[in-house]
Amino acid sequence: MQPIKTIRSRTVVMPATNIDTDQIIPGRFLTTTSKSGLGAHLFADWRYRSDGTPDPDFILNRPEAAGCRILVAGRNIGCGSSREHAPWALLDYGFQAVISTEIADIFRNNSLKNGLLPVIVDEATHSWLLANPGAEVEIDVERAELRLPDGRSVSFPIDGFARYCLVNGVDELGFLLSKQAEIAAYETRRR
Amino acid sequence: MTTPRTMFEKVWSAHEVVPETADTPAVIFVDLHLTHEVTSPQAFAVLRERGLKVRRPDLTLATMDHATPTRTEQVFGGAPISIDSAARQIRQLEHNCAEFGIELFGLQHELRGIVHIIGPELGLTQPGKTIVCGDSHTSTHGAFGALAFGIGTTEVGHVMATQCLLQKKPRTLAIEVHGRLPAGVTAKDLILAIIGRIGVSGGTGHVIEYRGEAIRALTMEERMTVCNMSIEAGARAGMIAPDETTYGYLRGRPRAPQGEAWDRALEQWNQLPTDPGARFDRSVEIDANTLEPMITYGTNPGMVVPISQSIPDRRGDPVFDAAMKYMGLQPGESIQNAPVNVVFVGSCTNGRLSDLRAAANMIKGRRVASGVHMLVVPGSQAVKRAAEAEGLDEIFRAAGAEWRESGCSMCLGMNGDTVPKGQYAVSTSNRNFEGRQGIGARTLLASPETAAASAIRGRVTDPRTLIHG
Repeated sequence: MQPIKTIRSRTVVMPATNIDTDQIIPGRFLTTTSKSGLGAHLFADWRYRSDGTPDPDFILNRPEAAGCRILVAGRNIGCGSSREHAPWALLDYGFQAVISTEIADIFRNNSLKNGLLPVIVDEATHSWLLANPGAEVEIDVERAELRLPDGRSVSFPIDGFARYCLVNGVDELGFLLSKQAEIAAYETRRR
Repeated sequence: MTTPRTMFEKVWSAHEVVPETADTPAVIFVDLHLTHEVTSPQAFAVLRERGLKVRRPDLTLATMDHATPTRTEQVFGGAPISIDSAARQIRQLEHNCAEFGIELFGLQHELRGIVHIIGPELGLTQPGKTIVCGDSHTSTHGAFGALAFGIGTTEVGHVMATQCLLQKKPRTLAIEVHGRLPAGVTAKDLILAIIGRIGVSGGTGHVIEYRGEAIRALTMEERMTVCNMSIEAGARAGMIAPDETTYGYLRGRPRAPQGEAWDRALEQWNQLPTDPGARFDRSVEIDANTLEPMITYGTNPGMVVPISQSIPDRRGDPVFDAAMKYMGLQPGESIQNAPVNVVFVGSCTNGRLSDLRAAANMIKGRRVASGVHMLVVPGSQAVKRAAEAEGLDEIFRAAGAEWRESGCSMCLGMNGDTVPKGQYAVSTSNRNFEGRQGIGARTLLASPETAAASAIRGRVTDPRTLIHG
């Protein structure tokens, strides 16, 4: 995994609440055995019309969304299915961070493990972000701070270990593998 | 004196290989890992890339359920699987399990079924175990007093390589259900009412323990229905303390402990229930006596009403307005008599034998309304055989319903069993998200009784009005 220290980008705003992982990537795209290429199907049922052409009204199809790496979503994004294809699709599309007031547990875990930063902010900050789509913001992962264009900075909660892994590009499997002696001792104890 | 502990805390601490510190999450041992074709291929690929083995192949069991066909000719008759990519996924799982030494219930295996149906059926799901699977409905297994939760594919790889997961300790939420469910009100109605009450993110960050008289009165299959939809309230896990009902279900199952091992297990299991005076981080109280059959009207499981009531009117709330537009329903309108085109009975929520019996009992001697497509998909091949031994398949067929091989099927439509665009499906599954059952599909979640009653009338129907007298 590549180290992620700061993310600087304009935001894309999707104000809908409870955006579930079926919306992020519909089930019919899950019959794949790889992680790549899923960005093409990100938000497929909102992004494309029934004839397969892009819906020009959908935010990701609008010119101002091009190149944006930060998604601001309504409350409780990522609920529902545990499919890791959801963060894979967001990353493959080009997103690096998702901001909301609530982010569902499994989606949040899956995101952290792939280098997609879940950022939980307070209501006031969230309202400001929703009202100001396209704002250029900076996320400092090391300091766990979100910087708004007016210079305000807002801290966000992130587990220290997850932050360490993101900033150093360390994957958690390596850490778990370093505990093999403890795991073996546990297995012996339980026998 | 020791501090009173919740059941969750007991199971958690018994599985700490390395406790949580200020800098690192806990390393938690996994007693049972269930896996399937859809969320495992990329995890096996990581093992291969890094030259790793599966540490404890004896603690992983693989099945096929999500993308598998339900048409008999595609499962047993040699007809090609209609979706090429699904067929490739199935072959990939066969290959992966053979290479890494994992037991697999392949497509034609007599024990194959939905992952959350077969664990309990085999007696592998047991009190006090930690159970994980790359599927959010792993919460089902909590009905036995196990700590069971869904994980992503990266974590599937972690479990395969180390039999452990890195976890931050969740908080606890007690849901105390007083009284008794009235006649005609099911476990599905109870969990839908709970989700309606606490909301779809009400359980985020928590493990739920369902407690109280109404919970104790439930059968194991009913308890599984309740725990199954914990994730629909945002909770990764839901648990119910083991008791005589649990032991009665498990005793004699092929992979449950036998003989002396059973007695030893029972002694441990009896220690699991939450100690008197143990504290939960939050608690919610529900009165079962006042509940009614429930049905969803919107696009998340929290948008739910008692079947005798009207769709609420929250115009101006963008979530509500979007849901009404998608569903094509009117605020303030009665949900009863809403149109029905498709009825699905099945899934890890309501695909067990008692669910099929309930639907069959409703439909026996009646017909599925003309123009309604009713699909009945048993949760496992064992459920299918048991249902056929009782003649349930004949009841469904005689009524005009389709009877299929087991799998997740129309719950998520990955295998091509989908609801056509714009059509209304009364479904016993767990999610009514936009497009969940097919592009543009409109899902109303309900119990098997409500689903069957609605199939008969071709309109959303209160099953209590059709109970055989």
